[in-house]
Amino acid sequence: MASFDSAKVAEIHRQLHAHLPSESALRVKALESLLVEKGMVKSENLDAWVEAYSDEVGPKRGAHVVAKAWCDPDFRARLLSDAASAIDELGYLGNATAHLKAVENTDQVHNLVVCTLCSCYPFSLLGIAPNWYKTAAYRSRAVRDPRGVLAEFGVALNEDVAVHVWDSTAELRYLVVPQQPAGTEDLSEAELAKLVTRNAMIGTERDLSARPKGGV
Amino acid sequence: MSPPAEGAVAPLKRMDGEPVFDAPWQASVMAMADTLVANDVVTPKAWSEALGAALKEAQAAGEPDNAETYYKAALRALERVVESHGGIPAAALNARRDAWERAYRATPHGEPVRLREE
Repeated sequence: MASFDSAKVAEIHRQLHAHLPSESALRVKALESLLVEKGMVKSENLDAWVEAYSDEVGPKRGAHVVAKAWCDPDFRARLLSDAASAIDELGYLGNATAHLKAVENTDQVHNLVVCTLCSCYPFSLLGIAPNWYKTAAYRSRAVRDPRGVLAEFGVALNEDVAVHVWDSTAELRYLVVPQQPAGTEDLSEAELAKLVTRNAMIGTERDLSARPKGGV
Repeated sequence: MSPPAEGAVAPLKRMDGEPVFDAPWQASVMAMADTLVANDVVTPKAWSEALGAALKEAQAAGEPDNAETYYKAALRALERVVESHGGIPAAALNARRDAWERAYRATPHGEPVRLREE
């Protein structure tokens, strides 16, 4: 009966401590409480960060930047020549986008962004990177076989369209400016922003719909 | 253009709609890392190198290529930069982790968990 007893004891133990956080969560609590005590972070700043990036930022800021570039040729020129100062005009500059390069899709060129080292990403514009962006599979395959990765995301490129793969670093991150869908010339900037998807600004989507799919 | 090999490539696209955080601790890791960078405790380069190294170790250890592995690697990287750039030794982190576990175990379910004076 020993095995029955030990199983029962283990179950009682589990129920008693069901609210014990996971090992990772305990380690995070340790880090956070020590960093706060040492004055290196403030609890309220961390809470505000999580709230903002879980919901508010999303890819909406990036979509606004792209829509403005479609509507305003002068802004587009500034964005392509000095993206950080252009997005600063909109108040979107963050420490992750202090060095930003905007790369524009054309009929002849498709741009795809990756971070082969870790997961560098312009998150003050696009929110938290999608999980696939952080996988080892994407980080290696985007460089080795970009057309294969694009095909998986439903982007079928003609052979005459060149693929430019941009490898992000801590010092330089990238924003893809997708092409404006045909037939949307009369839409407002705000309406256009609803057409711009996160994946299009990373490059795993190319042809945007002229109708919003429920926004970004 | 050759068609993509099914199975080999399907998981990426399948992850497209996943929530970016499965648990609050994952968001906290990213918030702490970004705040330490913003506060100049660690440079963006040092953080990305630490994260890259931890991801490489996870891959070499055969851990699954998913978000859980990513955030656990990010946590390991954060612990290392906090030690190397923040001057908080691993022993202090481990002791604090144990203190939190004791606090949870000593606190009846439903009551706020507070660290006790050690």
